Amino acid sequence: MLFKILTKDGFEQLVDGILESNEVIGPKRVATGANGKPIHQYLPVTSFGELDLDYETTEFPAKTYFLPYRETLSTFHFDEADWTQEIRYRIQPRAIVGLHACDINGLLKLDKVFGRDAFPSPYYLSRRRNTLVVGIDHMPCEGGFCQSVDAHVVSHGFDLFLTDLGDRYFVSIGSDRGFDLVGKVENREVSEDDTHAYLAVRRRISDAFKTHVRTQNLPTLLDLEFDSPVWKRWGDKCLSCGSCAMACPTCYCYGVNEEVSMDFTVGTKVKQLHSCNLVDFAMVAGDHNFRPSRESRLKYRYYHQHRGFAEAYDEPKCVGCNRCGRVCLAGINPPEVIADLHEEDRA
Amino acid sequence: MRYLGIEPIRPRVGVFSFTCCEGCVLQLANKEETLGPFLEAIQVVNFREISTEKGADYEIALVEGSISRDDEVERLRQIRDQAKVLVALGTCAVFGGVNRLKDVFSPQEANRIVYGDQSRETAPIRAVHEVVPVDLSIPGCPISKVELERIVQHVALDLPWQFPEYPVCVECKQRFTVCMFDKGQLCLGPLTRAGCDAPCPAGGLGCWGCRGPAADPNHAEFDALVARRGFSRAQVQDRLSFFGGFPTEGSEEKP
Repeated sequence: MLFKILTKDGFEQLVDGILESNEVIGPKRVATGANGKPIHQYLPVTSFGELDLDYETTEFPAKTYFLPYRETLSTFHFDEADWTQEIRYRIQPRAIVGLHACDINGLLKLDKVFGRDAFPSPYYLSRRRNTLVVGIDHMPCEGGFCQSVDAHVVSHGFDLFLTDLGDRYFVSIGSDRGFDLVGKVENREVSEDDTHAYLAVRRRISDAFKTHVRTQNLPTLLDLEFDSPVWKRWGDKCLSCGSCAMACPTCYCYGVNEEVSMDFTVGTKVKQLHSCNLVDFAMVAGDHNFRPSRESRLKYRYYHQHRGFAEAYDEPKCVGCNRCGRVCLAGINPPEVIADLHEEDRA
Repeated sequence: MRYLGIEPIRPRVGVFSFTCCEGCVLQLANKEETLGPFLEAIQVVNFREISTEKGADYEIALVEGSISRDDEVERLRQIRDQAKVLVALGTCAVFGGVNRLKDVFSPQEANRIVYGDQSRETAPIRAVHEVVPVDLSIPGCPISKVELERIVQHVALDLPWQFPEYPVCVECKQRFTVCMFDKGQLCLGPLTRAGCDAPCPAGGLGCWGCRGPAADPNHAEFDALVARRGFSRAQVQDRLSFFGGFPTEGSEEKP
């Protein structure tokens, strides 16, 4: 990894440079919540000033720019005698500026699923490879427990990663194109003072986490607690609304529907992100549903996050952003659910 | 137009309105970009908003509106006798709709408020299924034309189709709508069947539940979460009873 120092003005020039030729997505303030806190979303911006880089978290994850909620997989054109298939991958370059470490870790997990498994997804890879990722350090968000799942730091998966040193950014460079971008604006080498200041900021962030989740041995604990009353207690609260999965930066389950134009000349296969908490997620032929209860659906969401994914990829799927906990109207959140499981273990 | 070598069925359709605003059948004539092919896919034999045809040889009857007079009952029974398939179209036909709010008053009182001394015949509001058997209920105030197109395709070519089982929240999330509860507003989205593409929250109005309940709605938790956010029982009951799609306190039966 290479490191450079950019002034704040230098970074603004860098973003302006990207804006000249490409779409830029970043945290924008979209509303004020009833609790008085600003609500942010990752949205396209037309100028640097629209970015609010000091945001705490966003309502929706950045995954939607890589795994859209709805995506056309292929289009079929029919005529009387024949048909043709058309597949389009999104290749227009784009930049996402201002992702926190947890969200970049989320992309790294999606990379493992869609980029490296036996059947890499060209839909995902074309978006991922053509998206420049600029991350930024931030103090822990309220309820965030990314430290507990080692997602509060990130060492790759981005092009540039900024750490705010007050009047300047300490920039970690993660790719050639990131290096080229920094070279286009005024920059300087890292001094010993910069390194000390950077490490002090990193320490301050690490020391500031208030929410912790005991993840040690969690896959085994989940196996032991398969029949725990904890699942019914929290499952009874579940609204089966799927908001947790929609807000999750790594939930990727989906369904595929076929749609036909009203004149019956064009058919499309449309992928739509789904959620294991929705009633019909596990509905199969003959109207058989092998996850009929709220309790079983909620349990298997936790199992995928902290057990199934861990077995497949040696790490939990969860990045500790607590978006699912924040979005859940019923107040179901990983820190409390997992703490309950540990309690159950002791009881 | 054949599709995958199969000739579609073009069902003969009659469209009939009862007590309502006629907004649902107007939806049939909306979405101009596909209106031509839509009207090619069916044979309209009786539809007073778009056609002078007054045919009686329809196979499918699309019935909108609730039933509020004796002559409506008689007319509806005749339609039921003729149609092979009777479809309740829209929230009024399916649940009774906003018209049910009339029943808060006695027929005499309602008459006096609306017509003064020009009293008219009126009876307690009934949904279509409360008068004759219904083969398919398509809720919505108004119905979604996109959804209706899918249903017509299902009839014409047996293309797969089903109502979403899940609640409106999914569609709000998928169009990046800020949650109404985060803004401090009441919303029935967590209880209500999706399929509308959540236009009301996107426009800043919490869901009023026109499509009725999603599969297995969690009323107990919903009651708890709205109470935690400071909404009164009366506010919530008022909202739940608005379209008649949800069981409410004091209601005798589930719709």
